[in-house]
Amino acid sequence: MNDTFNVSSIRRDFPILSREVNGKPLVYFDNAATSQTPQQVIDVIVDYYSSYNANIHRGVHALSQEATDKYEQARHTIQKHFNIAKAHEVIFTSGTTHSINLVANGFSALLLSGDEIIVSALEHHSNIVPWQMLCERTGAVLKVIPMNLDGELLMDAYQNLLSTKTKLVFCNHVSNALGTVNPIKQIINKAHEVGAAVLIDGAQAAPHIKADMQELNVDFYTVSAHKMCGPTGAGMLYGKEEWLNKLPPYQGGGEMIAEVTFEKTTYADLPHKFEAGTPNICGGIAFAAALDYMNGIGFQTIAEYEHELLSYATEQLLTIDKLKIYGTAKEKTSVISFNIEGLHPYDIGSILDKLGVAVRTGHHCAQPIMDFYKIPGTIRASFSFYNTKDEIDILVEGVKRAQNMLQ
Amino acid sequence: MSIKEIQEEIVDEFSMFDDWMQRYEYMIELGKSLPLIEDQYKTDDNIIKGCQSKVWVHAELDNDKLVFTADSDAIITKGIIAILIRSFSEQKPQDIIDANTNFIDEIGLKEHLSPTRANGLVSMIKQLKLYAVAYQTQLK
Repeated sequence: MNDTFNVSSIRRDFPILSREVNGKPLVYFDNAATSQTPQQVIDVIVDYYSSYNANIHRGVHALSQEATDKYEQARHTIQKHFNIAKAHEVIFTSGTTHSINLVANGFSALLLSGDEIIVSALEHHSNIVPWQMLCERTGAVLKVIPMNLDGELLMDAYQNLLSTKTKLVFCNHVSNALGTVNPIKQIINKAHEVGAAVLIDGAQAAPHIKADMQELNVDFYTVSAHKMCGPTGAGMLYGKEEWLNKLPPYQGGGEMIAEVTFEKTTYADLPHKFEAGTPNICGGIAFAAALDYMNGIGFQTIAEYEHELLSYATEQLLTIDKLKIYGTAKEKTSVISFNIEGLHPYDIGSILDKLGVAVRTGHHCAQPIMDFYKIPGTIRASFSFYNTKDEIDILVEGVKRAQNMLQ
Repeated sequence: MSIKEIQEEIVDEFSMFDDWMQRYEYMIELGKSLPLIEDQYKTDDNIIKGCQSKVWVHAELDNDKLVFTADSDAIITKGIIAILIRSFSEQKPQDIIDANTNFIDEIGLKEHLSPTRANGLVSMIKQLKLYAVAYQTQLK
């Protein structure tokens, strides 16, 4: 690991980490739901509203130009981070859900009844529902790649689902409920062999893995800024130029038009065709600031440290009697979903909250996965590079205490 | 005892505890005394929506009074519903409709009263009162 990595000094960048909850120091292990924001990003947000808040791309005045320049610079920062060939292949969105809906909506113009869409069994609801809606609109058929008990996708089964009828494949890069890192390179290549397009939901991967769009050769990739130290309501859709040109606009409004008469409107070029209305300007700029912040630490360093936290937490949690971890894939990010036999995740979560430990309980918007394991939900602890082993000890002690109280 | 008297009694019991842990432990104890719903009523129709855990409630009239039974798959939730039922069960529907539930705040469970809280305490209160409204109409 990078010798300069110092978690105490990193923690000082995050003002929220010094607050208390229920009289106890906050232990924040709900990073897979949303990550915390460093002062460097908060400063960018404050600076935007204090210094150059203006509408972009249309004003002749200085502030508008300044805001436009910063917003377009942000697009370039994102382009560079994900190694995207062309800046106009970066579409600013409000986040992953928006990005996915944009693609799903666009595909309703391209699909015919009987065409097939493949999704994985590991999907978040936001990656299931838009495709179900798309199937209802077009008569296309939804197929599911099954998984094994470790939470890994069955690649042979995937191979068998693929055919010339397959038009689209959707899969998350990392599962939000279990932390499984999916073999997306293989998934993409196999889909391309039958001529299908692939959308990868990178929401859970982007905070941990620097994905290279050109190397992956993926058709669409989605990211939410708030999962990677950025603000809520900002994110991106990456799309290959050829695909973005094929999709019709998603929403009508300002910015997305070239010419408008009552007879006909011609649409603007990429990326503006998909960016109707005044965007989340500050959010886009702060998203880029978050990428700068994380790149300043280094994704390799982050991944190594988080892996260390994951191994430590797994080892420590497994010392607890009757504790079972769900999702034991070989490739995982720093997420642990677990239950204690005979106890409801909600009970454990409530007591942990009283101890200042923030975890997520429930089905994690992934009910099909919970149905697969025949459980009502899990307790999910998700770690970020600003967490520590001491905090993991507090979690482990908290779980033991909850277990004592509840049994 | 009236609903108000029962609620005062519960507040009194909880006032003996200094910290949240003792309060939670007591709530878990109370959950064990919950009048359990019969299996035949443990249906999806009787599940209260808005709770992260499952809560089933059944109500029936005994003369002019309403008797509640319930269950939950989570222990803390079971304690919460037990406290509610202790104050509402074997009371007249109109009294249940008129009753307030400020005592929840007084026993140090205020955080559970938030309408967005995943335990659905607010949904539970609403459901118990809906039963009272339905049976009140029937009594008339």
